[in-house]
Formats: sequence, C-alpha cells, structure tokens
Amino acid sequence: MDINQVLSASFFIALVTAGIRLSIPVLVTVLGEIITESAGVMNLGLEGIMAVGGVVGFLTAFNLQGGSLHSSPQLAIYFALIAGFVAGMGMGLIMAFLSVTLRADQTVCGVTIVLLGVSLSNYLYRQAMNTLAESLVSLTIYKIPYLHKIPILGPILFEQNLVFYLVIVLVLVVHFFLFKTRRGLEIRSVGENPAAAATSGISVEKTRYLATIVGSGLTGLGGAILTVVQLGLFRENIIAGRGWVAVALVIFSRWRPKNAVIGALVFGLADSLQYRIQAVTQVTYGKNTVPYEFLLMLPYLLTIGVLLFRNSSSDAPATLGEPYVQDAR
Amino acid sequence: MGSIVEMQGIIKSFPGVTANAGVDFDLKKGEIHSLLGENGAGKTTLMNILYGLYKQDAGTISINGEQVNFMNPSDAIAHGLGMVHQHFMLVQRFSVAENIILGQKSSREPRIDDLNLIGKKLTEISDLYGLKVNPHAIIWTLSVGEQQRVEILKALYRGAQILILDEPTAVLTPQEVKEFLEILKRLTSEGKSIIFISHKLSEVMEISDRISILRDGKKIETVFAKDTNERDLARMMVGREVNTNFEKKVAEPHEVRLQVEHLCANNNRGLEALHDVSFDVRAGEILGIAGVAGNGQNELEEVLSGLRKSTSGKKIVCGKDITNMPPHKVGIARVAHIPTDRYKTGLISDFMISENAVLQRIDREPFTKHGSLQWKKINEEATSLVKRFGVKTPSIKTKAGKLSGGNAQKLILARELARDPYVLIAAQPTRGLDISAIEYVHHALIEQRDLGMAILLFSTELTEILSLSDRIAVIYEGRIIGIINREDADILEIGLMMAGIKRPSSTLEQTGVIES
Amino acid sequence: MNREPSKIQRRRTDIFHTASPTVLNLISIPSGILLGLILGAVLIVIAGADPIASYKIMFSSSLGGKNQIIETLIKACPLLLIGLGLSASFKAKVWNIGAEGQYYIGALFGWMVGMYGTALPKPVLIPLMLTAGLIGGSLWGLLPAILKIKNGMNVIISTLMLNYIAILIVQYLARGPLQEPGGFLPRTAKLERIARMPQMFGTRLHLGCVIALLLVPVVYYIFTSTPLGFKLRAVGSNPKVAKYAGFNVNLAIFIALIFSGALAGMAGTIEISTAYQRLQSSISLNYGFNGVLIALLGRTNPWGVLLTSIFFAALTIGVENLHVVIGLPVSLSDAIQALVVLSVMVVDSYIRKKAS
Repeated sequence: MDINQVLSASFFIALVTAGIRLSIPVLVTVLGEIITESAGVMNLGLEGIMAVGGVVGFLTAFNLQGGSLHSSPQLAIYFALIAGFVAGMGMGLIMAFLSVTLRADQTVCGVTIVLLGVSLSNYLYRQAMNTLAESLVSLTIYKIPYLHKIPILGPILFEQNLVFYLVIVLVLVVHFFLFKTRRGLEIRSVGENPAAAATSGISVEKTRYLATIVGSGLTGLGGAILTVVQLGLFRENIIAGRGWVAVALVIFSRWRPKNAVIGALVFGLADSLQYRIQAVTQVTYGKNTVPYEFLLMLPYLLTIGVLLFRNSSSDAPATLGEPYVQDAR
Repeated sequence: MGSIVEMQGIIKSFPGVTANAGVDFDLKKGEIHSLLGENGAGKTTLMNILYGLYKQDAGTISINGEQVNFMNPSDAIAHGLGMVHQHFMLVQRFSVAENIILGQKSSREPRIDDLNLIGKKLTEISDLYGLKVNPHAIIWTLSVGEQQRVEILKALYRGAQILILDEPTAVLTPQEVKEFLEILKRLTSEGKSIIFISHKLSEVMEISDRISILRDGKKIETVFAKDTNERDLARMMVGREVNTNFEKKVAEPHEVRLQVEHLCANNNRGLEALHDVSFDVRAGEILGIAGVAGNGQNELEEVLSGLRKSTSGKKIVCGKDITNMPPHKVGIARVAHIPTDRYKTGLISDFMISENAVLQRIDREPFTKHGSLQWKKINEEATSLVKRFGVKTPSIKTKAGKLSGGNAQKLILARELARDPYVLIAAQPTRGLDISAIEYVHHALIEQRDLGMAILLFSTELTEILSLSDRIAVIYEGRIIGIINREDADILEIGLMMAGIKRPSSTLEQTGVIES
Repeated sequence: MNREPSKIQRRRTDIFHTASPTVLNLISIPSGILLGLILGAVLIVIAGADPIASYKIMFSSSLGGKNQIIETLIKACPLLLIGLGLSASFKAKVWNIGAEGQYYIGALFGWMVGMYGTALPKPVLIPLMLTAGLIGGSLWGLLPAILKIKNGMNVIISTLMLNYIAILIVQYLARGPLQEPGGFLPRTAKLERIARMPQMFGTRLHLGCVIALLLVPVVYYIFTSTPLGFKLRAVGSNPKVAKYAGFNVNLAIFIALIFSGALAGMAGTIEISTAYQRLQSSISLNYGFNGVLIALLGRTNPWGVLLTSIFFAALTIGVENLHVVIGLPVSLSDAIQALVVLSVMVVDSYIRKKAS
C-alpha cells in the first residue's frame, strides 16, 4: 500500500468525511438507546429495529421517487426517514409491551426483536422488490457559505447534507431533553429508582413506554438514514451488526449523548478506513495486500477493544433491565 | 376538633388475601396518631391506599370533610398528604433539590425549575423545622438520618399538612430517635398532623396522642396513649399474652473459635468501609455487633463469610487462617452464615425448598454419589429439616420464594445448623418477622449457644442485641468503638457509642482481648 | 413497602403455586405456536398466496413420510446440537449469541483435519474431525469467557462481534490460503469421501444426526442429575446466592461458554462433512441465531429443544418447497420462526404475570 496516498490531505478529508457520514446512523441509534436505557429498559433489539426502519424507509423512498414524488426526489427522502421513524416506533411498541407490560426477560425480548426485525425486513424486501434494486437519488450537499472554505475542516464539517446538520442538532436536543427538562428528569428517575418515581406521582409504565417508543423511533430512523441517505440501497442483512455496535457504544458513552458522538465517530472512522483502504489498495496492488476481510473486521474488533478499555457499568441506570413490579403489600 | 382524615370501612384484597378487612381510621388536626401492628398486619397497605398508591376495593376516604378518590400519589399530594416510606424513596444519584422537584410541574416548562431558587426555598423550610440539609448534595453522599430529613422536606415542600411516616425510627440511633421525635412535636405545634406507623411500643407510647392497633388486616382498637400501657398494646397487637422478659442461662464460654485481627476492607465504591476491626468469639457465647445500619456491618458480614476480600488483617477459625478464602473454603472451615437479606442472598427463590435445604452440600455425599445427584437422599434431608424446624409449607417441592419471612428464616436456620458449624454468623436474623417467629429464632440461637456454638450476631435492633448477646461490640463508621460485657451494658451508653462517642474507660476492651 | 413478603403475600401466592411450570408450558407453547402460525399466515397472504394450501404443502414436504422425516431430522441436526449447547449457557443466564461464529470455527477445524488427514483410516479420521470441531468451537467460546471473567465484558456483545470476525476469517481462508487449487471461486476444495460422515441404517441419516439425538438424554441427565447442572441453574437463577453457597460463578460462566461452543463447533464439523463439504463464506442457514430461538422456545429442556429443532427444520424445508412451488421468499421461514417465538413469549409472560 502506498503510504503517501494514505497520508495525503485529500485522502484524509475523504476518509473523515465518509467516516462522519457512516457514523450518523449509528449515532442516531445510540441516542435513541440512551433515552430508552435511561428509563431502565434495556432494548437489545436495535439490530432488528434498524433493519425494519431501513427497509420501510428504503421502500418508501423507492416507491415515492419512482411514483408520486417523481419530480421531487429530495422530498421523498424526508418522507422515507419519517416512515423509518414510525416503523421503529412500532417495533418499540412491541418491545415495550413485552418488557414493561408483560415483564418478560429483557435479554430474551431483545434477541427475539432482533430476529423478528431482521427476518421481517428481509421478507418484506424480497416481497416488495421483484427487480434488483436501483439506487436512490441521493441528498443534496449543502455548503455552508464561507465556513466550507476553511482548510480541511471546511470540507469535512460544512459540506454535508441536511441530515448531517439535523443530527448534530439532535445530539444537543437529546442532551437537553434528558438533563434539562422535567420529562428528562422523570425518565432518569424511573431508570434509577422506579419506586421513588411512582411515589412522586410519575407513572413508571407510561414513562418506560414513552422512552422505549421514542428510542426505538430514533433507532428506526438510524436504519432509514443508513439505507436511504448513506447507501441508497437495501439488501438482506444490510445492518451487518451496526445495531449491536450501538448497544456497545451506549455502554462506552456512559449514557451521555455527547460521549456517544465520540464513540460513533470512532466507529464510523474505522468503517470508512476499511472502505477506503480497500478501494485504494485494490487499485494499486491488487490481491497482494492486507486481505480486505481483515479490514472488514476492523469495526468489530474495535467494538471489543473499546469495551476492553471502557467497560464500567457503574454508570448504568440503577435498575437497567429490571422489570418494575409495584409492591403489592 | 374535626377529623382531617376520615377512612371508613376500607377493604383491600390482593389475590387470595384480604389485607384490610373493613378498617376505620381517622386523624385529627395537630395530633400524632400511631398505627401499631406486626409485620403484615396491613398498616402499610392502609396508608398506601390513603396515599393513592393502591385503590381500595370498598370504603370511603374524606380529607377535611370532602370525600376524595385518589387515582395516584399526585392526587394525594395535591390534597396535602405526604408520605415518608420505610425504604426511602429517593433517587440516589440525584441532588436533594432534584429529588424534591421530581414529579412536580415546573415553573418554566418544559425545563426543570431553577435549582438554585429551589435550594433557597428549601433552606427556608428546613430552618423553620430544624431539618438541616444541603439542597445541592447528592443523595448517596448523605447519612441515613439526613436522607430521612430530605424525605420529610420533600413532603413539606409539596405543601403537606398530613404526614404519613412508615417505621421512621428503624434506621436511627437512640439519640437520633430522640431528636426525631422532637422534630415531630415541632411539626404538630406548627399545625401539621402526623400518622406514625410503628411496631415499637415504647416509641408509640412516648409520641402518640392516639394509637390504633391493627392485626391481620382488622382494626382491633383505637386508644388514647394516656389510657394504656405497653403490656396491653402488646397483647392487642399479637392477640395473646407476650412474654417480654427473655430468660437465659449465664454463658459458659470456652475456647476461642473465631479471631478477627486488624481487619480492613473496602466497600463497593472502593472506599474504606472497615478499619482495624479486631474481636474474637468463643465457643458457647454470643457476641452481638450493635450499630446503626450502614456503619460497615454488611461489609464485615461479607468479609467473614468470604463474599468480600479484606485489604489487610486476619481472620482465623479454630486456629486456621482463612483470610480471603472463597465462601466454599469458609464453609469447609465450618462457618455457617444466616445472611442479612434472606431472599436476595440466602435462598434461591425459584428453587424448590428441597434444593435450598442442601444448597452448600449438594455435591457432597450422601447427596451426590459417583457424580450423580441422589434425589431420594436430598428429599429425605429436606423433609427431616422442614419437620424438625417447623417450616410451614405444603410440600418440600414448593418454591422457596413462596415461603413467608418466618418460614424462610427457619429454612435457612435449619440448613445452616445442619452443616454442623463451629461458628455461626447470624445477620439480622429476625428482621421483618412476626413475634412468634422472632421468639422461635431467639430460642434457637440461645439453644445453640448453650450447646457450645460460637455465635456472631449482627442486629440493628438494640433490644435484640441486649436480650441475646453475652458481649456487645459497637460498630461505628467501620470501627469497633468498644466491646462491653452484657451485664455492664447500659442502653444510654451503647446509644452514645453507636453515635461514635467512646467512653474513655473502654480503650482497653476495644482491642478485643477481654478475659471473661 | 416492606421488602419481605408478609403473610399477605404468602397467602396470595399459595393459590397459584399449584400451577407448575410444566403445566404453564403445556398451555403457552402450543397456543403460542398456533398464534405464530396465524401471524405467519398473514405474511403468506401479503405475498398473495393461500395460507392453508401453503401450510399443507409445508407439512407434507417436511413431515409427510419417512423420507421427508429423515430429511427433516438431517436438517434439524445442527440446530439440535447448537440448541442443546446454548441451553446449558442459558440455564446459567450466560447469553451466548455467538454460536454462529463457534460453528464456523468448528467447521474450519473439522475441515482442516478432514482435508489433510486422509491418510488415516475412516474410523480414526471421523472421530478426530469431530474432536477438532469440538476444540475449534470451544476455543471460540473461550474468548468471550475470558473477556467476561477478566474484564466483565457483556457476553452478548462480545459473542456477537466474534461471529462477524469468525465468518470473515473463514471467508478469507476460503478465498486466500485454503482456496481450491486451480479454482476461481472463493471456496476450498471438497472433502474426500473418506472424510464424510458415514450414513446409517441404509438411509441418508448420518452419524452426526445419531450423535446429536443421543446427546439429548445425556444433556438431560447432566442438567437434572449432576451437581454441575444444579450449579449452572443456581448461577443463572441467582448468582449472588450461588456465590454465597460457595459455587464458583466464574467457573460456571466458563463451562457454559465452552460447552455451548463445543457443541456448535461439532455441528460445524458435521455440516461441513455432510451438506457443504467445503468451506466458503456461507456454510450456515442462520443456525447460530435459530439455535438461540430453539433453546429459548425449548425452555432449555433438551427434550423441548429436540421438538423445537424438528419444528424449525420442518418449517425451513416446508418454506424451501413453497419457494420452489409458488415462489415465496425463503426468508419466510425465519420470519415465521421469529413470530412463533414472539407469540409464545407473549402468551407465556401473560400467563406468568397473571399467576404471580
């Protein structure tokens, strides 16, 4: 591999830009899960919910771009993202029903939701798409005036699509919501001490439902961003472990939205490095370099590595994963 | 004076049982009305109904003459009720102020209130009633007494006129109890009315204007405190004469069985929880560890049973050093252990009674032979233990989690004694039990002592320590403040030691080398 | 808010203690399966097919005769092995979701022995291959065990990440160093006849299947009649009490992961020496994940796992036939399986909630 190529500014910019893009779906998912887990519900079903959000988003965009919104494909994408969000909320409703109302073991619920989501999305996709998928029209890149001219930083941060800018705002909103609003305080109190919350007049069930559904909505949105905005296509098992990576990143982030940005970025960079090096080396050296499978492993190895160094669960919401039973005495 | 709370004919059933069977209760303005009864008599259920946590099946509730129908605690709070639960309802990781505004509408929705402003208001209220606490402190850094003040402040901040206090003194030292009762008097003089739930006769007698006794979900009687005495109250509470005088022989201690030398250990947060703890326990005696909950008793219990590592010091059983050995080695050294939390540590609740009865001995003969479990032997052993210790259960195949507190404790006692131990660690052995179960456990412990066992008793109930122990060690902030013989013990002095105040003459004894 | 169950609670639960878990299972599993199949019918309708006719085809093609049943058993073999292994893990509440990876590494080890050990006589080679598979799978189970015990790492996440890594390792080897000599496709050479599982009783039923079936009573015995089974259950039920009772909780985690890894690895070897015969990037029909569902649905009871794996295998074969006959997507079987598990969980949790 030509080392100069890797170190050149243009390569670096392309790498980081792509890394940021790839981190966006995971980041949105992590934010959603932080909300859910703050209320004490451990939703391990992210992989499946992302898949459902991804397929619903993709099919919506595909049909709208090829149909009624033919003339405004950009608008179709935003509709598709909303559809992904709603689909995620639907999955969240199932998760909430199982874990909050029926008090089933949350690990078991999560794994089942994954398998349900992945298989349903594969089935739906096969069912709806007879032809091989064409890719979608992609989102317009907005250059922020003046700022995009800053060397290196400009192209990385200020030449992105609207979704990127919105997600940055979303990080702030989720942080504000959890730590500065009354609802946020209530959600966290339900995760820390549901009995205390209940005696303060907060409905534990309602709050957990809300947190699970909103969190899953964001997860569905994350899946839709991946398929509709980032890749412009859907195929079977396209989430490829990103949902599980998100579960790990929530632990890494210590349930703080701003830390999630760092985690998602590291993951996105590894992902993009893997794509980039693969592309570069295949052009220059053909088969005789680092096997691309090893590059593909990078994100997964990184996830394990990240947890090796930051594995403190003492920051977790105190009742994470425990169903709440009002003491009947 | 009219009643500000009027509960009539309250009936509340949970599937299969009636917790309240037509209870009448009333509270007058400015009075302290105690609810007295054993564990499970229905006191807490009645108050949870008043506070809107449960809905009664039948009966009416009026507040200030207006009939109310609370759907949840918010409704009750809006009607001027406040409840301090036995287990504090505080979010440990939130600040005092955050806990206090929890569940309340904010003045600047959707944002939370300005915590500095709330802090100022809190300081005003706490100054008025003498409830000193820093509004910005995080709850887990506060002492139990402070946390209790936060709970009361929380109720007052929300405008409570009627305070329900569920077993509030259980976690306090005798001195703190005195202070606490003073605060209650101050509250009533400011026009608040108080419902005081307790099973401690002396406190109830001291503080109450009126006392209502509950038993098995029914109200037995409401009496004026000035017209009754402890003996009558005990009889009404239990339903029979209670022998309050506990008789036992003078101990005849023999050789030292358990030696603890300069033991130090950390708590779960990595902070030092035990500092230079030394004592010994002899065959044929009971050493009681007295102290307010949270002063290192749990850590000491865990270190002794092998569940927690010590950072320095030694632990010797019958001359054999077992420092930092894992629980099964401690078991082999013949140390048995009745743990504090019997449901979380002592029994596997979804295992059958038979499985729990041989828990530690499962892989030994005769319960395992040639690598194969001998269910017949296991069942025989369980049946005989259940019979000998009078564990009430429909079958040995019943899940242990279905046992009542007293029967669960009997099962643990049976199992631990069946291991034929040299040393028995009994931690809070009667917590949450009713009087007859308490009597049973107490007799069993004395009987074992007389048979020559060395018993280390942990209890936060001072009366229990006083009635069972031959010697008493007082623990405060992870240190043994002093060890005194039972016959020299004076409740006032022990109370002072529990608050960390050492008597000068006890310096010699605290090293644990008293000759008896 | 007393933490101890009082008299009140005791009497309350006494009424329900008579309903044993077995009885609950007998209600919840069949009704859940029925509900799941109805939901599956909705999917079939969405695809524009007749659900009743479809289910008929599925039944007759999987359980409709001796040959069909044997094919179903063969298909059930890897699921059964993985499900049995995972049952041990799940009893200890060690959530090993990494059977897929353990299966791949087991297949790799087994294939290597089968490929390069052809000089050995068959009665030596086959057991050697199976042992290699066991070792490969347990090594891949060892990693998350170490990560859990040393670093407290979440087993679900580590085993999952290791799945992807294992598949990529096999993919790389099959494309690179172990590629079929002179071949162009990313796959290894075929195993020789000597390295294939012998077939039994004059049918297509092979040795691997027979081993898997024989393991059912063995694992059942381990679970119910040995101290090991007792301790695994204790650790899963309440690790705090298990520790108090002197059981080595870390050892239990270790054994659970090694055992489930070993059986998944053996399943990999068996499949590589029967169905696939060579390594390539896809040598599994989602066995690892379906194994999770099977262990859960079978209530971690070996006999339950046996029934469930046959049910899942029948569904898979049934849907494959539907695919051929009326062109429904193959992923339908995964979806129906997940729906069945979901339905059973709903019915089951509902009954349990009412009973407590």
